[in-house]
Amino acid sequence: MSKIKNAFSDGKAFIAFLTAGDPSLEKTVDYILAIEEAGADLVEIGIPFSDPTAEGIVIQDANIRALKEGMTVDGVFEIVSRVREKSQIPLVFLTYLNPVFHYGYENFFLKCENLGVDGIIIPDLPYEEKEEMSMTAEAHHVDIISMIAPTSRQRIQMIAEEAKGFLYVVSSMGVTGVRSNIETDITSMIASIREVTDIPAAVGFGISTPEQAERMAAASDGAIVGSAIVKLIEKYGDRADEPIAKYVKSMKEAVKRAEN
Amino acid sequence: MSKGRYGEFGGQYISETLMNELIHLEEQYEYYRKDAEFQLELNNLLNDCAGRPSRLYYAEKMTKDLGGAKIYLKREDLNHTGSHKINNVLGQVLLAKRMGKTRVIAETGAGQHGVATATAAALLGMECEVFMGKEDTDRQALNVYRMELLGAKVHSVTSGTQTLKDAVNETMREWTNRVSDTHYVLGSVMGPHPFPMMVRDFQSVISREAREQILVTEGKLPSAVLACVGGGSNAIGMFYHFIPDETVRLIGCEAAGEGIDTEKHAATMTKGSIGVFHGMKSYFCQDEYGQIAPVYSISAGLDYPGIGPEHAYLRDSGRAEYVPVTDDESVDAFEYLARTEGIICAVESAHAVAHARKIAPDMGEDEVMIICLSGRGDKDVAAIARYKGVDIHE
Repeated sequence: MSKIKNAFSDGKAFIAFLTAGDPSLEKTVDYILAIEEAGADLVEIGIPFSDPTAEGIVIQDANIRALKEGMTVDGVFEIVSRVREKSQIPLVFLTYLNPVFHYGYENFFLKCENLGVDGIIIPDLPYEEKEEMSMTAEAHHVDIISMIAPTSRQRIQMIAEEAKGFLYVVSSMGVTGVRSNIETDITSMIASIREVTDIPAAVGFGISTPEQAERMAAASDGAIVGSAIVKLIEKYGDRADEPIAKYVKSMKEAVKRAEN
Repeated sequence: MSKGRYGEFGGQYISETLMNELIHLEEQYEYYRKDAEFQLELNNLLNDCAGRPSRLYYAEKMTKDLGGAKIYLKREDLNHTGSHKINNVLGQVLLAKRMGKTRVIAETGAGQHGVATATAAALLGMECEVFMGKEDTDRQALNVYRMELLGAKVHSVTSGTQTLKDAVNETMREWTNRVSDTHYVLGSVMGPHPFPMMVRDFQSVISREAREQILVTEGKLPSAVLACVGGGSNAIGMFYHFIPDETVRLIGCEAAGEGIDTEKHAATMTKGSIGVFHGMKSYFCQDEYGQIAPVYSISAGLDYPGIGPEHAYLRDSGRAEYVPVTDDESVDAFEYLARTEGIICAVESAHAVAHARKIAPDMGEDEVMIICLSGRGDKDVAAIARYKGVDIHE
């Protein structure tokens, strides 16, 4: 049974992203545990890819650093295995289709199941191509997390009806990265989703400040933050434990404020 | 299975943000491809602006020198802007204009597609921005200036390997950022559906003309047609109308760089494996974990780690064959064609000429071969001089 619903069982969720292997396998394990301790409800682990076309420059660079450090899909599974010795926090992967395709869907999802990975987000696997792996993922109890974009319009309900785990609502046009303004009408997107499903919907892309997180969580079931955390890792390298913990704590508090 | 499939290849592996735009593009394309007025306007542009039909030229000296098949060159190098790229660009920019777009963006490797896009944008009154890997803006500096002369803004891409693959990544990112007024003029038969189909249709004018021309000139079909392949747009254009003619061998010549036994090549068919990247399932140069491999070729236009999905299908179904050609062989062929026929061709096209030199002598004198001369070589003269160790100052 996927642990993803646990992330949303106690009110609004704060979801944190980091890239596996940046700055090292060991530190990624430490940072995931630090993120959990600071109050995050779910962690997205980025499996690095050579050409992350949905990412802005911050996460692109993290992918390059991780690959230079020698991070592989097997290395990411090792990270999960070590995290699972100490933690049962819901974990989902974020990666591109090619590394998963190359590993072999059966092999990949079997490992996910055995190690306790609850879901996977693949930006280059839209609704129309989901069949590629949906049966295999389902057989191994791994949720394929669907994305909904500001351009999705009439596609929102089609996607939401078949959604598993949670829905990843993309806040803005373009790629990941910190933004000063988010102008999309999240409230009406969520309303459209709510007409067809009760599955939680969390908002990501461009969120970095507690104010943004509070506003996005108020309109949905949670906020997803990636680039702002990866920036801390870029800045502090293998000494980012404290800055990450402090940041995640402030963001979690902001998300909780949205419940009132 | 989703739309746009060639066997198992193709598809629409792209972010949700772009899906509605791709669906809209497909609908609009399906409408305008059957619209007589659109087709007439496109045809006029191809004739009046691009200078079509392109000549089918009998390479008499080359034929005599090699002593085998009768060799014809399909002269796409004589098109306006100097390559086959203009065929696709005129189609897509005209379509974009009809769709109400005011801005086009494009990736470019050698700069030929960027120059063609900038030209069409100037002609049809569209804003134009071109993304080009930094390594390519350095080795093709003249084409950068050419695009700027035509009113385009050129972005030098510094991410990744700083070549064509990264230019595609960056153009996709830009399209995701601004899709409402912008059309992405993809330059090859790659990417998500409907691009491989649409670009193929626009480029198929090459084989439509060539097939008619050879039947008039020789009264029979060729035994083989050859074209260089990176993403594969001139090759699919050269092959398309010959696909039903099963006696015609279709030969794609890919870039083997310093050799397929080295790490410095872009020989996707020879050395690659199946994967999913840039919106399509096809063959790619990649490592055991599915990381896209850095590729290399002297030719910026063939320096791409993938190939269009229809080529993957033509190869796996046995209809077409793909052979590797090295830098050295291509530079030899570049010089050979210049001295033998007085034609300075693009170093991309020289890959096809090089393979023709290998196989023509073994073919009968009653056989005919057509080589697609996809572009002219002015852009490559300085690079070839450097390759040969010649010190020239422009």
